[in-house]
Amino acid sequence: MEQLIFVAVFVTLGYFFGRRAEKKHFKSLIEREEQMNKLPAMASRMPPQDGEYDQFLVSGNVVIANDYFKTFVAGLRNFFGGKISTYESLLDRARREALLRMKEEADKLGAELVFNVKYETSNISGQGSKKPPIIEAHAYGTALKKL
Amino acid sequence: MLISNLEFMTGKKVTKHLGLVQGSSVRAKHAGKDILAGIKNMFGGELKAYTELLQESREEATERMIEQAQAVGANAVLNVRFSTSSITAGAAEIYVYGTAVILDNPDQ
Repeated sequence: MEQLIFVAVFVTLGYFFGRRAEKKHFKSLIEREEQMNKLPAMASRMPPQDGEYDQFLVSGNVVIANDYFKTFVAGLRNFFGGKISTYESLLDRARREALLRMKEEADKLGAELVFNVKYETSNISGQGSKKPPIIEAHAYGTALKKL
Repeated sequence: MLISNLEFMTGKKVTKHLGLVQGSSVRAKHAGKDILAGIKNMFGGELKAYTELLQESREEATERMIEQAQAVGANAVLNVRFSTSSITAGAAEIYVYGTAVILDNPDQ
């Protein structure tokens, strides 16, 4: 019984705090993405053929934790099968944040393009552990600055 | 030292390939920060301590790769790739590798 109360309290806390954090994060993501629209990032491997460019390796990373509510819901979903939308939004936030940080670094260096962008995502909460996931997203690419 | 994840660069010619160079780093954060991360895991949000940890770890791995590239006499590393694998909770291995080359005009 005690355990049940413990879980119920954390699920409620996780729901309110997690939702607030997620809303805030999405809002800031949208704002900053609009600012960074001037600096396109491309997955293309071919660098532009016109003119001389200065190049730097730029990267951005972020580690985001899941909240207790999401872990709980995902646990239920895992049993019945189907789309786990709580994890989808987590990964979406992590990747977008990582790409933004990469772009911000490129912007600081005065670059106008980022080429050959690669993503990397890993779960760092430990292999095969039953703990809630902690996701790391890492984005890197070559920033080009026209000489 | 020029580090890039492109395979080639316009206006720069590779005069010699020197083979694969690599660097790796395994790091963990101290227990206090692990406990804080555990609490954060209830409420969600960014774990800044871990973000920094992995960032530092990547820098160190890249540093080691650059040392190796310098040792073989390269002036650039092209086609750089990163990879991450979690070893235990709170520790991760960062691995970075690329092709060491000699470029004819690396400064431009």
